[in-house]
Amino acid sequence: MSGWFPFHGGLKTVRHKTESNQQPIRSAALPKHVTVPLRQHIGAIAKPVVQVGERVLKGQMIGQPDGYVSAAVHAPTSGVVAAVDQQAVPHPSGLPDWCVTIESDGEDRWIEREPVDYRRLHPSALRNVLRSAGIVGLGGAAFPSAVKLNLSGHCERLDTLILNGAECEPWITCDDRLMRERAAEIIAGLRVMAQLLEPREVLIGIEDDKPEAIAAMAAACAGSGYAVRPVPARYPSGSVKQLVKLLTGKETPVDGLPVDAGVQCFNVATAYTVHRAIDRGEPVLSRIVTVTGHIRQPQNLEVLLGTSVAELIAQSGGYRDGVRRLIMGGPLMGFALHDDRVPVTKATNCILAASAAELAPEQPVMPCIRCGACADACPAELLPQQLYWHARAKEFDKAQDYHLFSCIECGCCSYVCPSRIPLVQYYRYAKNEIWALEKEKEKAELARQRHQARLERLEREKREREAKLRQKAPPRPAATAEKSPIEDAVARAKASAPPPETAVVTDSRDS
Amino acid sequence: MRFRTMTSPHVLGATSVGLVMRRVLYAMVPGITALVWFFGWGVLVNLVLATAVALLAEAALLAARGKPLAPHLNDYSAVVTAWLLAVALPPLAPWWMTVIGVLSAIVVAKHLYGGLGYNPFNPAMIGYVVLLVSFPREMSAWLIPHGLDRPHAMTLLETLRAIFAGGLPERFAPDGLTGATPLDVLRTKLGLGLGVTEIRNSPVFGMVAGSGWEWAASGFLAGGLWLVYTRTAAWQIPAGMLGSLAVISTIFYGIDPQRYAPPWFHLWSGAAIFGAFFIATDPVTASTTPRGRLIYGAGIGLLVYLIRSFGGYPDGVAFAVLLMNIAAPTIDLYTQPRVFGARRG
Repeated sequence: MSGWFPFHGGLKTVRHKTESNQQPIRSAALPKHVTVPLRQHIGAIAKPVVQVGERVLKGQMIGQPDGYVSAAVHAPTSGVVAAVDQQAVPHPSGLPDWCVTIESDGEDRWIEREPVDYRRLHPSALRNVLRSAGIVGLGGAAFPSAVKLNLSGHCERLDTLILNGAECEPWITCDDRLMRERAAEIIAGLRVMAQLLEPREVLIGIEDDKPEAIAAMAAACAGSGYAVRPVPARYPSGSVKQLVKLLTGKETPVDGLPVDAGVQCFNVATAYTVHRAIDRGEPVLSRIVTVTGHIRQPQNLEVLLGTSVAELIAQSGGYRDGVRRLIMGGPLMGFALHDDRVPVTKATNCILAASAAELAPEQPVMPCIRCGACADACPAELLPQQLYWHARAKEFDKAQDYHLFSCIECGCCSYVCPSRIPLVQYYRYAKNEIWALEKEKEKAELARQRHQARLERLEREKREREAKLRQKAPPRPAATAEKSPIEDAVARAKASAPPPETAVVTDSRDS
Repeated sequence: MRFRTMTSPHVLGATSVGLVMRRVLYAMVPGITALVWFFGWGVLVNLVLATAVALLAEAALLAARGKPLAPHLNDYSAVVTAWLLAVALPPLAPWWMTVIGVLSAIVVAKHLYGGLGYNPFNPAMIGYVVLLVSFPREMSAWLIPHGLDRPHAMTLLETLRAIFAGGLPERFAPDGLTGATPLDVLRTKLGLGLGVTEIRNSPVFGMVAGSGWEWAASGFLAGGLWLVYTRTAAWQIPAGMLGSLAVISTIFYGIDPQRYAPPWFHLWSGAAIFGAFFIATDPVTASTTPRGRLIYGAGIGLLVYLIRSFGGYPDGVAFAVLLMNIAAPTIDLYTQPRVFGARRG
């Protein structure tokens, strides 16, 4: 079986792969300092475990995972912690976030590295090793991999484990080069994942415009039972749900995850970091970044996390004249950076310096003519023209009726829209508004509960006070046991007035 | 270094509303060529006049509404409306009829409803219906298809005089130039109790559906198929419309071939093919879901047949399209496609 199951819509785009995929991966120069964000993953921010002035070694944990969905962060090189504070990070919002800045001592000295014999390890112990090695999805989402390597609660037995080497976005070639040059290491990491998930089959999906990568991966798979499956080069084949469909024919349920359909999917670069963590005892300290576009020397660099983007550009010959936009990620789903002085993170697969020639020309936005080109292109099989209509009119409930949250923001609709409407922007806006409304509702609900609780507490305290007053009035026989028999008798006579049961009942209710 | 930011996607395909509209214009060229060949210069004069009036009206209304002129005049939507209407007009229609039709389309049907993208009704068909209802005699005075090469064809000058000054050249007998369309003839003579076979022996019917007419229809079919091939027009609409027209006309033809015209006649005559590929496919006023478009098209085909066979007008494409325009939002509501990952069935 070597066919595929086509998904609806998608795009044939200009590829722009050869600019950067012709020469081997180079190691970037050791930076003078690295600024390592503590949040490089989806989930809770890592807790800093180093102090300013502390000496750290390469590979030493500097941020500890906080909770189940979180990931560790490590010192990419040896040196001294210069700061633990908020710094500019690559995020669409442009807001700063907590980072650990390390002044490199130039020695790049490792901690003690301990390879793990994963075959003998209990699955949960193995997952913990991966968690503390800071392994997250390197395809762009940066979801903590240990969580995805645990099937409990999703399905009994995994049908298919997919390794995603599609790399469908134009310009990006970091996975292509990684597969060409380090296929054996990727497969070694894949073995660890396969041991944890015990899938019935293991498939590796690679777009058919990467024949060298396909050949290298197929050679590395020889004898393993894993199958390399070329898929047609059609954006967004590398999107998880679309790749799962391409390779297995299964559709991820609307409100679910691929694992609910019995499939789990990881990026090839993630498998590579698993191999490094297990077989060499090295946590995630670096990644391959495609530096390309309107610069003098496009290439793939192996970069320490926390290295400034500006430094990568400098090492790639610098900007050529006329760079208009700096994009982290691909041209279709990446986001524009405000500034090149931000660090590379685990999610940074590409830095694209775009000139006017690469960018969409600025055209006036025309009214929607309902031509439906967007619906023809939508891989989620939505009606983008209707979603747009409702998002624009702020009819968010209707937008949800049209499955707004199935939108993967791939940008196909905007790409084909003759009216040049920034459709994805409208969907992001609608989603954010809905989330904000829900938070608002939650807050209101919380406030209501708090108010209710306060009323109940006041009521209870009032009752308690009354009960105590009543208790004081009739002293208990036990309390007066040591008094004289006369006083005792007097007290007993007094006590007979109010019924003592009431007090007792109140007591028991309060306890 | 600092940069300006924008949201993704950062690259866009090479397309525009102007491109889509220009494709519609290109696709009309073969059909229009056939019309000019069989019906003379009047077709071209109408086209030029309608285009000029449409652009002027568009510019005036855009200015009045405070909209930027350049992007909207460059989108060619007004030209498409003008051409769709002009093609539907009799070739010697007096100039003021064309002007009234175009103004009804651009000013009333388009801009008073909010301009491009907001009009609930097909503007060209509103213009056409206004004329059909107001000037039924002039609207049915079609030229007898002769061909420009015939000695008795009107010259360009004679045509211009006829359109702008009124009156036909004296060298033609009044009934030698204009006459009823095949659909009109069929309708009138069926009313007189004649059988279809007998009626269709008249030379006006040509090979399939009227000499001249069938060539124009074939030209529009070629252009229409190209529109579908380039995905400028949704295939479901012409498929639904011509499909339902074929099915229902076959049924009635099967019941009584002497009272009902054969399906090929219905498909190839009047505005059926032109309407299916060029008018019904106006995306703004049509249904927008894939299944909805089939239903929308089928509804038009059904209405066209009913109006032609049982209604008060010889052809019914304009009314059928306008009636289905009303139904389009409701059709869309009930024909939402299954989204990726939703359960089938």
